[in-house]
Amino acid sequence: MAGETLHEDRAVLTKEILDRHRALSTIMEELEAIDWYDQRIAASDNAELRAVLTHNRDEEKEHASMLLEWVRRHDPAFARHMSAQLFNQGAIRETAAIEGEAPAAAASDGSLGIGSLRGGK
Amino acid sequence: MDHLFRELAPISTAAWAVIEEEARRTLKTTLAGRKLVDFRGPLGWDTSCVGTGRSETAAPPPGSDADARLRKVLPLVELRVPFALRRSEIDVVDRGAEDPDFEPVVTAARKIAIAEDRAIFHGHPDAGIRGLCQPRAEVALRLGDDVAGYPTLIATALNRLRDRGVDGPYAVALSERAYTDLIEATQNGYPVLEHVRRLVSGPLIWAPGLDGALVLSQRGGDFALTVGQDFSIGYLAHDAEQVRLYIEESFTFLAISPDAAMPIAPKPSPA
Repeated sequence: MAGETLHEDRAVLTKEILDRHRALSTIMEELEAIDWYDQRIAASDNAELRAVLTHNRDEEKEHASMLLEWVRRHDPAFARHMSAQLFNQGAIRETAAIEGEAPAAAASDGSLGIGSLRGGK
Repeated sequence: MDHLFRELAPISTAAWAVIEEEARRTLKTTLAGRKLVDFRGPLGWDTSCVGTGRSETAAPPPGSDADARLRKVLPLVELRVPFALRRSEIDVVDRGAEDPDFEPVVTAARKIAIAEDRAIFHGHPDAGIRGLCQPRAEVALRLGDDVAGYPTLIATALNRLRDRGVDGPYAVALSERAYTDLIEATQNGYPVLEHVRRLVSGPLIWAPGLDGALVLSQRGGDFALTVGQDFSIGYLAHDAEQVRLYIEESFTFLAISPDAAMPIAPKPSPA
């Protein structure tokens, strides 16, 4: 259960942090499942089983993507970095370098990245 | 280029960074609502409304007798505060100055932060926003002249929340005046502020956009601030002397459970 992996006393964590923890823990589980499916698909010589596992693996990718979108909507810093890094052409390092040179203009939506201020942020 | 047209401004990357940091610092200090309510977004500038899950009866299309219902939505309101910076002050950043006069940024950031908080706390009728301090049927609590009575008032507000079945943790927001009064007051040598702190397990927030005080639950799920474009600085125009910019955001606010907040009205102004 996600709650078992808390590293701080639950009483000091806000509801938002706990919800993000649930989402991030679930993403980790989905990604781990994708990795395991990949290996089992590669290892099996049964075509029908491979087809079922492939279908299941790709469903996990849908789940992980939905959760990443949830995180984007609830974490302004993630949203900024995703906007800057995802769906670009060219070398990934180039995008990172541009962002590093001009931190003030890094947020692709131009915002100041204030977001939520709950929990003493 | 996006709708902020920042690339058209004669402002270096270094100066932009200083301008943005000034705005960011002021917003984080001044904003109180965002320290108390759930935050949803940012959903982007192209987001126009949020659904409420409600609908109302509408007339059918002409020539039809089908039942029609119209979805009720909350439109996002755009708030914008323009300001101007002298180009001579912008230029000093690139010469290494650490004390450029960017007071207009601070003033604009404070204005828009207070505007957002006014909408959250006291509503914005044109935007369809009902604030957390809307009048209640029950007898209103009101701050009095005796600051020593504030803890009792806040305890009463907490009891009313508990009577409604609203769980904690609870937070308290205080207007600039109430906060100052509380900080300065002592009772038998003990700061009254500390009495208040002992009553609530959540934060005690300085809220310059609030009139009076507000006690509210922090259990989550009761109040939602939905932001389209989060606070951003955009470009309007420039000449040889100054650069005209603005700070802007789009948002709406919905009190899902208004009963989870208990307002305390400000003390009457002297006649």
